[in-house]
Amino acid sequence: MNPASWPLWRAQVLAVLRLEIKKNFLSKRGIWIYALAGAPVVLMWTHALMNMRHGRVCDLGRDSLIFATMFQFFYLRLAIFFGCVGMFLKLFRGEMLEKSLHYYLLVPVRREVLLIGKYLAGVITTCIIFCSGTALTLVALLIHVPRGAAEQYLYAGGGLGHVFTYVGTAALACIGYGSVFLLLGFLFRNPVVPVVLVLLWESVNPFLPQLLKYISVFYYVHSLVPISVPAQGDFAFLAILGKPISPYIAISGLLLVACASLWLGARQVRKLEINYGTE
Amino acid sequence: MTGREILFENVSRFYGDVLGVNRVNLAIPPGITSLVGPNGSGKTTLMNLMTGLLRPTQGRIDILGVPPDDPERLFRFVGYCTQFDSFPRGMTGYQFVYSTLRLHGKTHAEADELAWRAIERVKLTEAAPRKIAGYSKGMRQRIKLAQAICHEPRVLVLDEPLNGLDPLVRAETIALFRSLAEGGSHVIISSHILHEVDAISDQVILLSSGYVVAEGQIHGVRTEVEEHPMQILIRCNRPSTLASRIFELDTVVEARVHNDGKGLLVRTRDPDRFYLMLNRLVVDGVDLESVAPADDDVNSVYEYLIGPDGGSI
Repeated sequence: MNPASWPLWRAQVLAVLRLEIKKNFLSKRGIWIYALAGAPVVLMWTHALMNMRHGRVCDLGRDSLIFATMFQFFYLRLAIFFGCVGMFLKLFRGEMLEKSLHYYLLVPVRREVLLIGKYLAGVITTCIIFCSGTALTLVALLIHVPRGAAEQYLYAGGGLGHVFTYVGTAALACIGYGSVFLLLGFLFRNPVVPVVLVLLWESVNPFLPQLLKYISVFYYVHSLVPISVPAQGDFAFLAILGKPISPYIAISGLLLVACASLWLGARQVRKLEINYGTE
Repeated sequence: MTGREILFENVSRFYGDVLGVNRVNLAIPPGITSLVGPNGSGKTTLMNLMTGLLRPTQGRIDILGVPPDDPERLFRFVGYCTQFDSFPRGMTGYQFVYSTLRLHGKTHAEADELAWRAIERVKLTEAAPRKIAGYSKGMRQRIKLAQAICHEPRVLVLDEPLNGLDPLVRAETIALFRSLAEGGSHVIISSHILHEVDAISDQVILLSSGYVVAEGQIHGVRTEVEEHPMQILIRCNRPSTLASRIFELDTVVEARVHNDGKGLLVRTRDPDRFYLMLNRLVVDGVDLESVAPADDDVNSVYEYLIGPDGGSI
């Protein structure tokens, strides 16, 4: 790698970002990603507004447990998972189907630079959508409790840390799942196959031997969630078996999975050919 | 960029069991080179191999000293206008060309200037701010051409670039190719309009079923087609008299008086010797109006080498 090329690569990544982010946000086919991210927001805001209208006071402890459950079992496992499917599988495969990928391959851009540019565009888009969704849901959680209780929770009860952790976990999930689906987009023509495979793998992860657990995104992100769903009570059936790992290991492990997926993706993109007839 | 030629060395490309091109050996010099052949003959495969969109199954390709699998260097001096009639969604013509230049690493000011220059060259200035989705087939073809030439490449690869263009724009586009070739560029064109290929090409490459069946300047290729003696049309006032004398030459295999009675169609195995001898044969009372080859063109070469049923091209 020639260090003199860095300014050029940076300029090219920015050019890819400009094109891709606009496309990602304005794509009509991506409306369902907004719907996935917005579903908990609508639910929590409806709940908050109804309570405010009827003057009901909520139990913040119970509501935050409901949020934790929703975040782990809907947001991480389904919304961000399928949002990344929709966003990252189409980065290359989608343009193959639209027969417009060749324009990117006919410019003096290293294929790896193109991969990084497209990946970052996907990460930025999904992070903005899902982190905003997480933040707006948390606002709904706090808006209908008495101000004093909310301040107590945020500043004395570690709530502010929870907010940042939830938002950060959503971002890390986008980084992890994004890299995995970007790679799988090169390996499978039919998107259903990788989606089912990864969903199955992530679901059985708690029951896998320790070594195989490391090859997962959910294994790392669920360890970062600040409130665990208790193994007793209303949500016991959703509780995850297995010991959470330290945040440092979780973040490092997840970034390692992302880097490995991107490295394998770079190998695939170097071999990529334009043969629209077979798509 | 050290080489002067585009080189194919024993290049083959298979799509599974299906042959794309086989054992292609070519050295393409600067100028306009036309790829001619029926559908499925391997023209697009050859262009895609040249630009790295496909990898050869075997063999080596070298574009002025750069391998096609090094896009960072290759596309500094190569432009490719593909036959795919699809575009990134939602873009205007200007944005399409401008964004390509930004991907080249150009600054906003450079990209803006070069984009407008290329758009002007293809005469699309007025339509450039409009969405490509609303363009006609000819306009889409021209904006693709603008995108291919916007960085002023030394090698321009054009897959059916004249498709959908009206006669005026067609003539202007051909003039553009000609000016690029005269500037020392390589212009590689695939076209199915043989009379246009004939008019603009410096050399042709004839392809059939994935094989190169002939390459070089039209006249040279025609001369090598020995099983079809060259046809020469002689316009004169007494074709029958001339015909009787022409049969004295051993190189002439056929002489036929033209249907209008004012000309003679001669088939000869050695046209150069025939031209030399013709002056001696012309006797008093025979006035020659013109002497011209009748089948020294791409159309005839195509028909002789690939056949009239070579497929629709």
